Amino acid sequence: MPKKRGADIVIDVLLEEGVDTVFGLPGGAIMEVYDALFDAPLRNILARHEQAAAHMADGYARATGRVGVVMATSGPGATNLVTGLATAHMDSVPMVAITGQVPRNYIGTDAFQEADVVGITRPITKHNFLVTDIKDLALILREAFYLARTGRPGPVLVDIPKDITQQEYDYKMPTEKDVEAALPGYKPHYEGNPVQIKKAAELIRKAKRPVLYVGGGVIIGNASEELRELAELTRIPVTTTNMGKGAFDETHPLALHMLGMHGTYYANMAVYNADLLIAVGARFDDRVTGKIDEFAPEAKIIHIDIDPASISKNIHVDVPIVGDVKNVLQKLLKELKKKPVEWVKARESWLKQIEKWKEKHPLSYQKSDKIIKPQYVIEEIYNITDGEAIISAGVGQHQMWAAMFYKYRYPRQFLNSGGLGTMGYGFPAAVGAKLGRPDKTVFAIEGDGSFVMNMQDVITAVQYRLPIKIAIINNEFLGMVRQWQQLFYDSRYSSVCLAVHPDFVKLAEAMGAVGLRATKSKEVREVLQKAMEINDRPVIMDFVVDREENVLPMVPAGKSYREMIVSPKQKGEAETMYLVG
Amino acid sequence: MMTEEIKAIKVRPQPKSETRKHIIIVRVQHNFGVLTRITSLFAGRGYNIESLTVGKTHEPNVARITIVVEGNERVVEQIIKQLRKLIETLRVRDITDIPHIERELVLIKVHAGEDKARDEIMRLVNIFRAKVVDVSVDTYTIEVTGNSEKIEAFINLLRPFGLKDIARTGVLALTRESAKEGLQEHKVE
Ligand SMILES: Cc1ncc(C[n+]2csc(CCOP(=O)(O)OP(=O)(O)O)c2C)c(N)n1
Ligand SMILES: [Mg+2]
Repeated sequence: MPKKRGADIVIDVLLEEGVDTVFGLPGGAIMEVYDALFDAPLRNILARHEQAAAHMADGYARATGRVGVVMATSGPGATNLVTGLATAHMDSVPMVAITGQVPRNYIGTDAFQEADVVGITRPITKHNFLVTDIKDLALILREAFYLARTGRPGPVLVDIPKDITQQEYDYKMPTEKDVEAALPGYKPHYEGNPVQIKKAAELIRKAKRPVLYVGGGVIIGNASEELRELAELTRIPVTTTNMGKGAFDETHPLALHMLGMHGTYYANMAVYNADLLIAVGARFDDRVTGKIDEFAPEAKIIHIDIDPASISKNIHVDVPIVGDVKNVLQKLLKELKKKPVEWVKARESWLKQIEKWKEKHPLSYQKSDKIIKPQYVIEEIYNITDGEAIISAGVGQHQMWAAMFYKYRYPRQFLNSGGLGTMGYGFPAAVGAKLGRPDKTVFAIEGDGSFVMNMQDVITAVQYRLPIKIAIINNEFLGMVRQWQQLFYDSRYSSVCLAVHPDFVKLAEAMGAVGLRATKSKEVREVLQKAMEINDRPVIMDFVVDREENVLPMVPAGKSYREMIVSPKQKGEAETMYLVG
Repeated sequence: MMTEEIKAIKVRPQPKSETRKHIIIVRVQHNFGVLTRITSLFAGRGYNIESLTVGKTHEPNVARITIVVEGNERVVEQIIKQLRKLIETLRVRDITDIPHIERELVLIKVHAGEDKARDEIMRLVNIFRAKVVDVSVDTYTIEVTGNSEKIEAFINLLRPFGLKDIARTGVLALTRESAKEGLQEHKVE
């Protein structure tokens, strides 16, 4: 093989890994790689901010299930990736970040644009590497892809000193075998323990009030089909976390929708009263459990997850099963079918009880035919897209409404920063999703606070003619913080008012996008219709909504499900607190 | 407003477990920065390390790390799982309940001005099979090896004489080959 530049080796590995798109922004230390990218058969998306580039790679990965790739230069370029990497790490998103580093002989000298990027990103990546020898370059890059996409996926960063990208080397493409040999201690556990699976089946047969509690692991592990089969066979109702949305069809009669802090009344009641909880690809996050001592207080727990460290971390589990969720669910189904039970009869009274809860407090809000209710905007987006769009959300009230009032039917349909809660995630992630799934309508449902954190990258969407629909739920507030201040800080609205905004319609036009605005209920549909007709550039829709609407139901942080606030605010009255118990 | 479905406050039973000292052995690929990964894992998750030692092994590119931590079963189980999760980790074992040999080497500088003190210190040194490795007009520097209990006992007995400085290597441990039969490796699923 002829000698190649380090930079060309980087491109070779990207192609070998089947990468078709990279996101990033160049600079001194990574110029050689960008030079090699110049005529590489790859889509090279120039973002306007590295944080946005990282979220784009993340959105691409979540929407397609493939590894997202982001590149940045040393120092500030790399530090701008930090939020994006931490976001992907918390939500187990497969990503590879390639950063330029100062030349080796400058490392440790406080050189221009030098930062200890491997040190900074160590706790927010699945793994990271500093390449110190060109001989290792191709192998390390292949290890990075392998680690990113296998086991519990996550972001992996490779920091490459500039002189290595310029150096020439006669290399051979490492094989998958070479990669595995280089990682002797890395052995993800895919097969569930058969004894444990038998135990789980026995518990399921005996349970009277079982609930399936489903997280993002089912989406990552492509196990939705198996999950549906399990739920339908055993007639067990399914609640999903925010990250698990779409793992189970939310229009299915067994769907309880989301649980936890902003879970539905009926999902939380079902979990509270369950005698068996089957957690699949979920991690008992505090936003789900509330007060941990009172979470599912009477339930035995089965926990299926690929990451042993997720099991018995926050809560003691009766039957732990470490393994790939698809693999384990298949075996569990087989086991259950060996000794069938009259499932329909067994579940009759439990499902009847759940129906009662559903009737008592369905998801609802006070409608208005004048002022725009934020929930109404989401419902209309659902209607106009026939429930088929990919929705990407920022963080705050609008994120929760997007989770509650759009019914997700497929995996990879709802993208949001569940673990880290990163404002500014929604729109750039939508850019990545649209590039990965051009066949899909992609909506970014954004808060007025979240959107402005990365709105510079509308320019990127204009440049690549991406018809992304940006719906700003504009309440002129950092609404979620305002809600907490109202409920828990005596309505002292400290630093949450966003009365000063740019004119989003003019802003859109200035950036080469289309700007639309709705201020009354009856304009919502019209604006959405106009937006749906545009197919060559992004549209920003400014929905000026009811400013002080709250997200309900709500279990206040650290509280038990008993203390769920269920009903919306009555005129002139304080919130009604339902102390269930 | 009360609803009829739930009558009394129900609480999840939590398994209890005592806090005690654990010795954890970690074998890792001896790569650049691997020790930082381990120490920053402890720092980032708020686990307290009592001692940590690293050294090469007979195998090339494999290092052995001995960690002593205080914690209850749940915390220690989580520590072990987090250690296993590190990509460069080859093997993690909690050997606390497996027969093992535990040693630490300590250098102690103690006041030894008067004859009476010198005599008494020498007696202790003999009893503990320690060694005086440096002598000055008013100090002894003593070298001692042993397990934690022995070391702590020795230091406590020397304390009244006036300790000037202590340097400890941290605990090293190996399982006892002689007691291996029939023993199961500590496994955390
Ligand atoms: C980067 C970042 N900074 C701060 C927060 C804290 N925070 C959570 S929600 C929220 C308000 C979000 O406001 P907006 O985007 O307008 O959404 P709304 O709640 O009004 O729908 C804030 C500040 C966060 N999650 N992320
Ligand atoms: Mg807002």
